[in-house]
Amino acid sequence: MRYATRIAVGPVQFRIGSDWRAPIAAIERLYAGYPRDDARPADAAVRLFAARPWRRWLRPSVHIGGDFTVPDALPLPLSMGLLAAEMGMNLQVALGWRRHLLLHASAVARDGRALVMSGESGSGKSTLAALLGEEGWRLMGDEFTLVDPVSGDALAFPRAVSLKNAAIGEVAERVAPERLGPLLARTPKGDIRHLIPRAEAIAAMHEPARPALILFPRFGGAAAVEPMGEGEAFVRLTEASTNYVALGEAGFATLARLVRETPAFAVSYPDSASGRALVEGLWAEAVR
Amino acid sequence: MSAAHTLVDLLAGRRDAATLGRGEWDGVISAARAEAMLATLAHRLADATVPPAVAALFADQRAAAATAQQQALWEAEMARRALAPRGIEFVLLKGTAYAAAGLSCSEGRQIGDLDILVIAPDVRRAENALLNAGWEWVKSDPYDDHYYREYMHELPPLIHKTRDRMIDVHHTILPRTHRTTPDALAMVSDAVRSHDGFAVLSPADMACHCAAHLIADGDLQGGLRNLWDFHCLTRDFAAADAHFWGKLDGRAELHGLRATVDRAARLARDIYGAELPPGWDRHVTGDGWFRRRLLARDDWGRSRNWLLQQAFYLRSHWLRMPPAMLARHLWTKWRKR
Repeated sequence: MRYATRIAVGPVQFRIGSDWRAPIAAIERLYAGYPRDDARPADAAVRLFAARPWRRWLRPSVHIGGDFTVPDALPLPLSMGLLAAEMGMNLQVALGWRRHLLLHASAVARDGRALVMSGESGSGKSTLAALLGEEGWRLMGDEFTLVDPVSGDALAFPRAVSLKNAAIGEVAERVAPERLGPLLARTPKGDIRHLIPRAEAIAAMHEPARPALILFPRFGGAAAVEPMGEGEAFVRLTEASTNYVALGEAGFATLARLVRETPAFAVSYPDSASGRALVEGLWAEAVR
Repeated sequence: MSAAHTLVDLLAGRRDAATLGRGEWDGVISAARAEAMLATLAHRLADATVPPAVAALFADQRAAAATAQQQALWEAEMARRALAPRGIEFVLLKGTAYAAAGLSCSEGRQIGDLDILVIAPDVRRAENALLNAGWEWVKSDPYDDHYYREYMHELPPLIHKTRDRMIDVHHTILPRTHRTTPDALAMVSDAVRSHDGFAVLSPADMACHCAAHLIADGDLQGGLRNLWDFHCLTRDFAAADAHFWGKLDGRAELHGLRATVDRAARLARDIYGAELPPGWDRHVTGDGWFRRRLLARDDWGRSRNWLLQQAFYLRSHWLRMPPAMLARHLWTKWRKR
């Protein structure tokens, strides 16, 4: 491909190729603080390409592909090339990664123990993880959490946090401006702005953390905490995993161990402050 | 040297993995993924010297392929439970058959759908039995459904509603309208039992089907994997039976697949270094197009040589149906784009 770069997020080495310079330049700016090993072969390849040669210039639109491509996925305008790269990276990990059980969940860690938060888009798991990551927790990731089938530990995937809509303002007022990416307005997922994790979180990205608490957050409604049984947590996490079925018995054993050893709760919270307070309370119980 | 060339050199053993430059692995891995052969490569290079990151990726691929095969064999068992009580016998085809028979090409081989062969009179009963056992129709398009039922060698694909796995029920191995009509009845009658009780094609028929699938029934998209199957099958069968090549020749003749099987053998020689017996070991000018088509893959896993792809696409349709029907079919498909 005409332009290319490589980045490592957690255990995954990506190479990203593009027909345009802009998305590569944007991703290199965002990931400038990440460790980089250009000699290491890539685990996953992302391609950002024009469907027809003339579409590189004429109404340029970015198709997302790579090792895995979703047929008929709609392209993005070139101005959202950074989002295209992010979606391409997520796609490759979601469909291709087999070394660990992959949970669609955010995670933060403290004292070597992990808090895993799983929920649909809009549940607040990303925002909560980003905010906790600014207040004494190590951000492990806002999108994927990897669970090692051998040790049962959680592994970090600390890509740049994808802040959406109202969360952008809420986080932006707490962090230095150089830690924020460009504002991508009115994308198909709403307004998006990326947050670069703190340097300590990036430096510690290869350190595993033993899961201590699983939360299923829901933003909105009165503050509430509901303990969740192993069975329900198990089923909800199978739904949150993109490779549970592909891992077969190893996936089952890993997830069964996770829910047996880790207390789980469904939590609702009306705003971030009460969400963080709930988390701190449950965490104090869990690690006691 | 394209990434696809490096890939086949590694598979053929012409190139030592330790000699690959650091920039070459990316291309080999992407080309292998695009050809659905990464786990095959991982098996082939299990004892080779490779960079640590590649070794880790290969280990993942081997483990994932082992799990996927177990799941594919389970799917075959599910089909048996649906069909056996109604007295419908079936023969496993392609990837699942190779795995059930424990053949060397099944090491790391990706298995997509479950492919089974039943005799033509049993097809409708087999479909009903599967529908009763939880499989459903996938295609909702009436033209496609009609097309499958009238002209194809298989039913429209069925998918299992809870396990989300597809089954292709074949009644022969090439489309009904194809210029070549293999003897499917002979294939089923001469099928053999694998050790866990599944029927699979006899060695010569298995190689014939593999060659037909590769050369006669498609546009050679992903053909490197099918050719690898053919290479491993013929090599192992010939090692176990000194008369194998002769039997293959006779069987290919019966099915009208002689030129097809011959060509597959020559391509296996050219690309994977297969050793052919005298009589097979010829050189034919047209093979160059096939080699180029099979190796048209760049270091980002993209298909190259658009014109050649189109030519093979047209060829596959030309073989598959008479000209008037082809015109009608392409017209209908084009209007629906």
